[in-house]
Amino acid sequence: MAAVVVLVLAAMLAHSLFFSHVVINGRPRERFEWHVIDHYFLSTQILVGLGVTLALTAVAMAGGIVIGVALAVMRLSPNPIVSGSAWLYIWFFRGTPVFVQLLFWFNAYYIFPTFTVGVPFGPAVAHFDVTTWLTPFVAASVGLSLNEGAYMSEIVRAGIISVDEGQTEAAQALGMPRLMALRLIVLPQAMRVIIPPTGNETISMLKTTSLASVVTVRELLFQAQLIYSANYEIIPLLIVASLQYLWVTSLLMVGQYYIERHYARGSARQLPPTPLERLRRGLLIRPGQAGFGRAPFIVGND
Amino acid sequence: MVRAEGVRKHFGRHEVLRGIDLEVRTGEVMCMIGPSGSGKSTFLRCINHLEKVDGGRLSVDGHLVGYREQGGKLYELRDREVCQRRAEVGMVFQHFNLFPHMTALENVTIGPVRVKREPKAEAEARARQLLARVGLANRVGAYPRQLSGGQQQRVAIARALAMQPKLMLFDEPTSALDPELVGEVLDVMRSLAEEGLTMLVVTHEMGFAREVGDSLVFMDQGVIVESGPPREVLSNPRQERTQAFLSRIL
Ligand SMILES: Nc1ncnc2c1ncn2[C@@H]1O[C@H](COP(=O)(O)OP(=O)(O)OP(=O)(O)O)[C@@H](O)[C@H]1O
Ligand SMILES: [Mg+2]
Repeated sequence: MAAVVVLVLAAMLAHSLFFSHVVINGRPRERFEWHVIDHYFLSTQILVGLGVTLALTAVAMAGGIVIGVALAVMRLSPNPIVSGSAWLYIWFFRGTPVFVQLLFWFNAYYIFPTFTVGVPFGPAVAHFDVTTWLTPFVAASVGLSLNEGAYMSEIVRAGIISVDEGQTEAAQALGMPRLMALRLIVLPQAMRVIIPPTGNETISMLKTTSLASVVTVRELLFQAQLIYSANYEIIPLLIVASLQYLWVTSLLMVGQYYIERHYARGSARQLPPTPLERLRRGLLIRPGQAGFGRAPFIVGND
Repeated sequence: MVRAEGVRKHFGRHEVLRGIDLEVRTGEVMCMIGPSGSGKSTFLRCINHLEKVDGGRLSVDGHLVGYREQGGKLYELRDREVCQRRAEVGMVFQHFNLFPHMTALENVTIGPVRVKREPKAEAEARARQLLARVGLANRVGAYPRQLSGGQQQRVAIARALAMQPKLMLFDEPTSALDPELVGEVLDVMRSLAEEGLTMLVVTHEMGFAREVGDSLVFMDQGVIVESGPPREVLSNPRQERTQAFLSRIL
């Protein structure tokens, strides 16, 4: 019964999407204007925007992961000043909206017109002119990375804590220093816990980068807005952007599957087959043949 | 090799070690027995500086554990020095603690390659020899999950041996094993003892203690209650607490 309801609703949705018309100013018009969507989907402006979105996602996630790992390690440090400052960072960046942080970095040159590298309170080594360096893209990258770092650190920390303490102990008994044990023994095992939420974070970041349109980064949504502000095809262009986000998200989900599989090494006796392998096996083994009903893999979790 | 004088350790207000005195001579195999919670593991972990000693003197091979003595004063060792000392003491755990993301071979080579900075080829060749010696020549590429408990513990022993330790600590190495797998691990330990390795073994395998051990200590509530040649302690315990413990487990 429920299935019938769902099917009817799906049919109505499909009809509305593809075949229905609206009457505007006395003239009937295709409701969703698929020809407009089709026209802009692969247009240069949109593809350039997509490229910027992907670049921003990659930079922000890379920065976020580096910061996150560093913060997680700091928080687990026995030194209270080190762990305390990491806690403070996380508290601050999780407690303020990322949108506000983006606006802040976009306008940061008001308060930090120059950026100096050198000995603290001593001689300077290099000067940066922030007004020229802090382009919208850089501002958005910095803002998103710093914010993402706070979230990633909690994910990494959960991963580190999930690894049995006996592992650190065995590593220390071999004479490994704390950080080496963390890098060689604990983090690789923590990956199994870290990867799935990191995949979610990446997917979420892909969409969060659309906030950067407000600080004039020429990413996907910005480009769509640029086009519809000229031709008023608002809904079709929002659909174009959405479809672009959708297919990249789908791709990321596939990637996540394979990375998770890679880090399951050593915890499962035999890795489960990939969808491709499953398909191939399904084609090779015909029903009725021996082995068809056998479990295709064993996952050891003793 | 190991000398403990009045070693104390407490966790919060709970005194776990209340003045341990003992000496393990070079080449000696000392077995340690005692009821659960008596502080056996804690003592082994102190020797390796996995726990900090709160009082008394504990030294390994003439070096104070965790401290340097200079002009009658004690200076805490830096992390790097602590690691160097740990690398000279092998430790085998009750639950093996093999690195699950590495093959048996990688488990055995990681210490020499990363900590001692030995060339990889050299470390690998020696790791293969060690794995062969514990009877696992054909399981070199297996991950810990693919090995039985007895096999895992033998890899763990090979991993500790790969560091060429002066002293080996065993913390109930067979208690997590199915009875039929205990023998294969004890056989490896027996052969190490025959080669003259200095060993301190916490165990409840009385047959092993009797045949392989040079001495036996009985620990209870953070003190050593009785010690002596294994046969004597096991057949003629002088202390009441030892008698009570032995009658319970034999
Ligand atoms: N890190 C710790 N923090 C607090 N208490 C601890 C800690 N480690 C051990 N203890 C306590 O110290 C006591 C001695 O523990 P220990 O593990 O040394 O005993 P054991 O003789 O090895 O016992 P078992 O035979 O069960 O292994 C126990 O009461 C234990 O609860
Ligand atoms: Mg114990």
